[in-house]
Amino acid sequence: MRPTTGWLGWQAARCVLFGLGLMLAGSGASQAQLRLDITEGVRDAVPIAIVPFDGQAEGGTNDIATVVAGDLRLSGRFAPLDRKDMVARPTTGSEIRFQDWRLLKSDYIVVGRVVTERGVTSVAFELFNVQTGEALLAESVPVPGQSLRAAAHRIADLVFERLTGIPGAFSTRIAYVSVEGTPPSRRYRLVVSDADGFNARNVTESSEPIMSPAWSPDGQDLAYVSFESRTSAIYVQRLATGERRRVSARAGINGAPAFSPDGRRLAITLSRDGNLDIYILDLSTQALTRVTSDEAIDTEAAWSPDGKSIYFTSDRAGNAQVYRVDLAVAKEAERVTFTNGYNARPRVSPNGDELAMVTLDRGGYRIGVMDLKSRTLRVLTDGQQDESPSFAPNGATIIFASESRGNGDLALVSSDGRYQERLRSDSGDVREPAWSPYPARR
Amino acid sequence: MKFSHVLAVAFLAVGLAACTKPKQTKPSEPPPATAATGEASTSGVGEAATAGTKPLTPQQQALAALRTRNIVYFDYNSSEIPQEYLAVVSANAAYLVKYPTARLRLEGNTDERGSREYNIGLGERRAQTVRRAMLAKGVADGQMTTVSYGEERPAVPGHDEAAYAQNRRVEFVYAQ
Repeated sequence: MRPTTGWLGWQAARCVLFGLGLMLAGSGASQAQLRLDITEGVRDAVPIAIVPFDGQAEGGTNDIATVVAGDLRLSGRFAPLDRKDMVARPTTGSEIRFQDWRLLKSDYIVVGRVVTERGVTSVAFELFNVQTGEALLAESVPVPGQSLRAAAHRIADLVFERLTGIPGAFSTRIAYVSVEGTPPSRRYRLVVSDADGFNARNVTESSEPIMSPAWSPDGQDLAYVSFESRTSAIYVQRLATGERRRVSARAGINGAPAFSPDGRRLAITLSRDGNLDIYILDLSTQALTRVTSDEAIDTEAAWSPDGKSIYFTSDRAGNAQVYRVDLAVAKEAERVTFTNGYNARPRVSPNGDELAMVTLDRGGYRIGVMDLKSRTLRVLTDGQQDESPSFAPNGATIIFASESRGNGDLALVSSDGRYQERLRSDSGDVREPAWSPYPARR
Repeated sequence: MKFSHVLAVAFLAVGLAACTKPKQTKPSEPPPATAATGEASTSGVGEAATAGTKPLTPQQQALAALRTRNIVYFDYNSSEIPQEYLAVVSANAAYLVKYPTARLRLEGNTDERGSREYNIGLGERRAQTVRRAMLAKGVADGQMTTVSYGEERPAVPGHDEAAYAQNRRVEFVYAQ
């Protein structure tokens, strides 16, 4: 067992979690690191063998097979074979004795190798069906910026897509807020990490609250709310350079930013005269368009993928419910949720078919997903304080914030609700996860 | 170490009335345990340190008297000022009417239940309710500002009803 620096540490997580927690507690990392905690067994997961890649020492953070296996495991759909159970180390298709892997009950096998030709490194890999011996994939992926982990995530994306029909979302990132310490030394940090929790780095930090991170559609910028000037203001920060702009610091509340699908506008919440309404801010002209004008709290805007409508939270009917407004028609907002007494913070799935939200279900705040055609709401989680759902760009998984034993963690749930995993923070609370869009393909 | 501590006390003595962060507990509940609030209490130090320094002005004395009456607590999901806290509003309004140069910041807060940005709205609604009550008592609009922290700055860290009751509040914060 070795300490891990990300929630990818699934082998480590199989060991005694309490011991792991103690080990990590002394690490003193500056960013809150996350690690995986298996809370529920994965049913019907497909067994797959990811054999250590040729040309690599086993066990380091750049161990490609470990990264690929961790990604596939994290998806909830695959059960990678334990490395210690592997009877051989084939690195090309011709070296595989399929009968061995049939005995190990693996349905699929991935082999590969790190190749350096004329000073350029790439990673070649092959995917086979163990039962039939059929080759399903044989590709070579580049190693962007010398990052073998990035190449491994790309391999996981391709394997996942070949076997499920759904593009993998392992080459993405997540933004989240971490909070450590107690006043007056409380620190709020906005953190961005890889989707598996590795490579966590601070985007900004403050002794005053930071809230509501939102990705631009090209994944280059984050919008967020900061109280660093002792009132709320909305900033847009370029991740590559750290350069940031304060885009709204109007009197009263500046909150809940959400980029339009074309990235040119920001839906925001403002409180002129103390009443919260949703506005659209044009980021190039600074023009402000009012969207709602109800006396109730209207906030938490989420764009539909076509940019034509906005879903939001309002308590105009007395308690918080989700509404939808058609921006072209600009008519009265239509109420979307009716089933529970509290439904808030909607997020539209990437294909526009579903709405994730926080719903008050049998006394607990939980993550629900509504089918927008049938308008049926399914509750996916069973926590007391689950909030801030955010879809992976492939729509297959939702990341959310969840409290347990007095600590704020992140957690994953498949959008069909079949499996759930918890990502614990080593230090302090983590909250408000926002899953990035797909990266631009090189 | 020792030096900076002495200096800090001196600063607090001078700055007693300068920027007061409210410290008080719901009257119906046990006296505030400083450790439980998670915040270093400055009130005790400040008051003790005033002994032997120059006497407070009447305004500073009036402000000091408000230090135990500067939080209004709310019921769950409510922005109505409970009857028992109307006296807090009256006392602070009287101070602001008497000292028109005084400036008040009303900080609205909620418990952790529900979504974060919605709670920003709820905290704002609470702060605005208090602001309107102060206006009705003759306080000039320009003397007050509001901010809502929603659930982002809990007074106490717990996750039970006792903690929630302490966190659903509007704090009266004076600056001069």
